[in-house]
Amino acid sequence: MSDITKQSLTELVENIKNKKLSSTDVTKAFIDRSEKSVELNAYITNDFTSALDKAKKFDQKPNLDLKLPGIPMAVKDLFCTKDIKTTAGSKILNNFVPTYESTVTENIWNEGAILLGKLNCDEFAMGSSNETSFFGNVQSPIDKNLVPGGSSGGSASAVAGQLTPVTIGTDTGGSIRQPASFTGIVGLKPTYGSCSRYGIVAFASSLDQAGPMAQNVKDCALLHEVISSYDPKDSTSIEFKRNHYSKELTNNIKGKKIGIPKEYRVDGMPKEIEDLWQKGIQYIKDCGAETIDISLPNTSYALPTYYIVAPAEASSNLARYDGVKYGFRAKGENLIDMYEKTRSEGFGAEVQRRIMIGTYVLSSGYYDAYYLKAQKVRKLIKNDFDEAYKKVDAILTPSTPSSAFKIGEKTNDPVSMYLNDIFTVPVNLAGLPGISIPAGHDSKGYPLGLQIIGKAFDEQNILNIAYAMEEKINFKNKITDWWIK
Amino acid sequence: MSIDLKTIKHISKLARISVDEQRAEKLAGDLNSIFDFIEKLNELKTDNVEPLTSIAETTLKLRSDEVKSKNIREQIIKNSPQDNEDYFVVPKVIE
Repeated sequence: MSDITKQSLTELVENIKNKKLSSTDVTKAFIDRSEKSVELNAYITNDFTSALDKAKKFDQKPNLDLKLPGIPMAVKDLFCTKDIKTTAGSKILNNFVPTYESTVTENIWNEGAILLGKLNCDEFAMGSSNETSFFGNVQSPIDKNLVPGGSSGGSASAVAGQLTPVTIGTDTGGSIRQPASFTGIVGLKPTYGSCSRYGIVAFASSLDQAGPMAQNVKDCALLHEVISSYDPKDSTSIEFKRNHYSKELTNNIKGKKIGIPKEYRVDGMPKEIEDLWQKGIQYIKDCGAETIDISLPNTSYALPTYYIVAPAEASSNLARYDGVKYGFRAKGENLIDMYEKTRSEGFGAEVQRRIMIGTYVLSSGYYDAYYLKAQKVRKLIKNDFDEAYKKVDAILTPSTPSSAFKIGEKTNDPVSMYLNDIFTVPVNLAGLPGISIPAGHDSKGYPLGLQIIGKAFDEQNILNIAYAMEEKINFKNKITDWWIK
Repeated sequence: MSIDLKTIKHISKLARISVDEQRAEKLAGDLNSIFDFIEKLNELKTDNVEPLTSIAETTLKLRSDEVKSKNIREQIIKNSPQDNEDYFVVPKVIE
């Protein structure tokens, strides 16, 4: 079967359960394709040899009751994997081998999946193009020298390029949804507290969430039901009734009320994005749901708020990288000198920039003006959503204000890079779930995504809306295999 | 407002990141353009708004104070940058 890597997760699971394919067949196919795809630079570390061993072991005594029986899977290199190097895309963790496993990856292996390797990402997940990684740029399978988005850029590239059937990323301000949109795949940012943060390299703890990235909505729902769990090891993990999201998936969204927020019509937004949004509104109506114009008045304050809150939390989370307990250490004349050189040589430019912003806004004399102010505006942004959800069940917006851009195009202008996340950031600030689905192409043939934002803990509803829309949109990703010689 | 080189030096000291002159100038430029963008928040009146301190509206759970990880000294030391025995080794701090 040469077309194994073209199959969806759902098909692969079915074929393994029906014994039409073995885990070894599937694992081999994805390893072969990954090996031919070095030019994408999607992997930081591969674990192919032991993946194949695990697949063979699985086939000897297959447990076909599991949800991911013998399915190979690569994951973002932000998840700690026991005995497998975990770098977070940073020089400072280049030699770090965790002695423990993150809860979400543990959940995945417990359901029978097999680790293929660790996927490239922006350093400490700080970036929107995967260009801040210490391990180099990731190429998009869509076109040469095109960014895959970020920070889960390696993850997006690996799913769209069929190097892994599905994957997990993390999303602090759009890091799952924006790369999903740029590469024509589906990405879900779950409700804050739905997936455990235990064992995930921390960026901004009040915003970070792990989530699935997949070729289609059903695969996304299946992976989400595996990774979402209550975990006492994460004090912000929330106990609530988690669905069998894939089993309960339905395209019947008749009578649902979908809000269209006027503030997402931003200045300078390309007409192609507006047209896509209008098409989305039509699809919603075709599905028998209703659209309602709503207002989220504080939307334009979300990005400035995010660029106070996220760097503030990052500056404190990243204080642990001091060259003492683990990671890279530079030589210094004394202890302080060692700290300062380690952090100066170990962190890349974007990470240093954010630590500096964070340190500044938390420093004496500026805390009230910046950090406290941002927390107050964050409250207003959350109130906007609470108010809107009195009238609607979900909200439809574009995922990004443009399609993917070229490598190097925005690296010299941090603010223009930050503007990429204008539609995704409010969702993290309010702790809500959001899903990006591929919905069309621009004139260059690059994918464009639509975002559905839900109420807290209402993942099933946005998955259903995405599922219904997916059927109407009938999106075909244009993957030419340009990188395979 | 404007962030000058003196401020950059001060923040870099607080953040324990050594920054040379060239880097400091670049950072000052970047931070100024980012803060110009952040200043937009001043348009909003927030005097009577409660700050959002936790997005998950739950109270922290209590648990019994039990030791769950035993004999993990080796694991903890394993990733430290120098060959340590039972300690983390750092440059000398006492003369």
